[in-house]
Amino acid sequence: MTVNTRTGPGTLKVVRGGWPSLAGGGVLAAIVVFLAAAPWFVFSPGDVTNLVTLFALIILGTAWNLMAGYGGLVSIGQQAFIGAGGYGVIKLADVVGLPIPLAVVAAGAVCALLALPTSFLLFRLVGGYFAIGTWVVAEVFKLVTQELPGFGGGSGLSLTAFQGVDRVTRIATVYYLALALAVLVVLATYVLMRSRIGLGLTAIRDDKVAAASLGVAVRRSQRIVYVAASGGAGLAGALIAVNGLRVSPDSMFSVQYTAFMIFIVVIGGLGTIEGPILGAVIFFALQQLLDSYGTWYLVALGAVAIAVVLLAPRGLWGLAARGRYEIFPVGHTVRPPT
Amino acid sequence: MTLLHVDGLAKSFGLVVTARSVSFHVAPGEALGIVGPNGAGKSTLLNLVTGAQPVDAGTIRFDGADITRMPAARRTALGIGRTFQIPRPFEGLTVFENVLVGSTFGAGARRKEADEQAWQALETADLTHLANTPAGSLRLLDRKRLELARALATQPRLLLLDEIAGGLTEHELPALIETISAIRDGGTGVVWIEHIVHALLQVVDRLMCLAQGDVVATGDPREVMASDAVAAVYLGSPDLESDTP
Repeated sequence: MTVNTRTGPGTLKVVRGGWPSLAGGGVLAAIVVFLAAAPWFVFSPGDVTNLVTLFALIILGTAWNLMAGYGGLVSIGQQAFIGAGGYGVIKLADVVGLPIPLAVVAAGAVCALLALPTSFLLFRLVGGYFAIGTWVVAEVFKLVTQELPGFGGGSGLSLTAFQGVDRVTRIATVYYLALALAVLVVLATYVLMRSRIGLGLTAIRDDKVAAASLGVAVRRSQRIVYVAASGGAGLAGALIAVNGLRVSPDSMFSVQYTAFMIFIVVIGGLGTIEGPILGAVIFFALQQLLDSYGTWYLVALGAVAIAVVLLAPRGLWGLAARGRYEIFPVGHTVRPPT
Repeated sequence: MTLLHVDGLAKSFGLVVTARSVSFHVAPGEALGIVGPNGAGKSTLLNLVTGAQPVDAGTIRFDGADITRMPAARRTALGIGRTFQIPRPFEGLTVFENVLVGSTFGAGARRKEADEQAWQALETADLTHLANTPAGSLRLLDRKRLELARALATQPRLLLLDEIAGGLTEHELPALIETISAIRDGGTGVVWIEHIVHALLQVVDRLMCLAQGDVVATGDPREVMASDAVAAVYLGSPDLESDTP
């Protein structure tokens, strides 16, 4: 096909990012460096253990956002993989004998593998039916775990691989592992979203039918993010397990995790890389502040969620950045040929 | 040589028949116009050809290959581009990024090449001045242009236009007509659904009239518009028994 003649060949420039993004990235990098140094002079061992929860929440929010925010797959059953990751890491460390960091990563990989056949079952459902289906899968995972011999039934399992390791070493190992994985998951999400696949996912986020009409393989892209997000949920579950030293079916396969992930992503900003990080920090801060107020804590979370949805429908990051600023530059800015 | 060959296509939604047994063909460099009253099954026909909806019966052949059951994205990659009657921009992306989706996935272009093809499509659709604007903030005319630019970026050999001129003012029409004619003259097959008949007649080589899922008439555009059968579809028939030729 021929089209109108071009002006000035080869002078078209497409820019991605710039100094404001670099500056934002620099601030984030500084925070990471601070967090890496902090355990030695700022935080108590209790704080360090709490921060592992924050890193797990960042992973959970980022993974859920990748799937729901970009892939358009609203799952309420990712606790299936949080639980599988939690139980998986204990089996991999205690039975197989892998060192803890390797066991955590392997547990995430196992969850990604489990997600592949699950996706063929779930992808037959759409919209609300898909959401309910994911919850059913999570319940099935929970029941199977309870019934399997050697998984501790209703009372669960304890991690024994850390026995004989002194407390400081144990806490430091888990802390640095969690920090490293949170950074890696966010960076991997950034690399994915900056790639060709990311452009297709963003198109799917905005309009699935139009995306397909332009050649985006919607199904395949959704499967990629479902598998990746389930691997992420598995990593977070494994971190929660090695941080808490024990798992039980009711806690690891709790649908409450889904409520937390949705809260984190909606508060922070659905469909952005920065949003879930901000959302996880806010959720974590609220959790710490309101810990002693019992059920009022849930009332406060609900009130915050309602306020944000009404006043900042694109989340707090969306409100702050107004769609113009990205720390993780995935957008394209054209400098036309002159 | 035929580019698109549709034979005996049928589609019903419950009791509503939107295509009974529709057959038509388009050659490279040929423009086929489709007219018909609301609910005639025009948009459904495009959805069937592009794979947005599955067919009940019939076959669709593109460039000799049977694509009746092929997923929509693969048909786009083969060279079938389309615009939507109600524009469906990716609102969170810029105009350039919207078009980049087409050149990257539809045409399979990489990086620099994809950027260049997207830019070319923007030039053809006269949208370069809005390249960095979020698509969600475009007005109707620009949304229509974006539909065209995105479809062009997929480097289509067959372009399906669904009321691309609808809602445009009289002075906006000539540029669009010129653009579509140029695309057709470049060797692309064009199927154009339109209510603005005078615009359509300036471009199309043949015209097909649909009503309630049936082909009422097809052939030379002016003869089709002048035929009694088409007049009966739009204006009602003096003799209720003879609404089909």
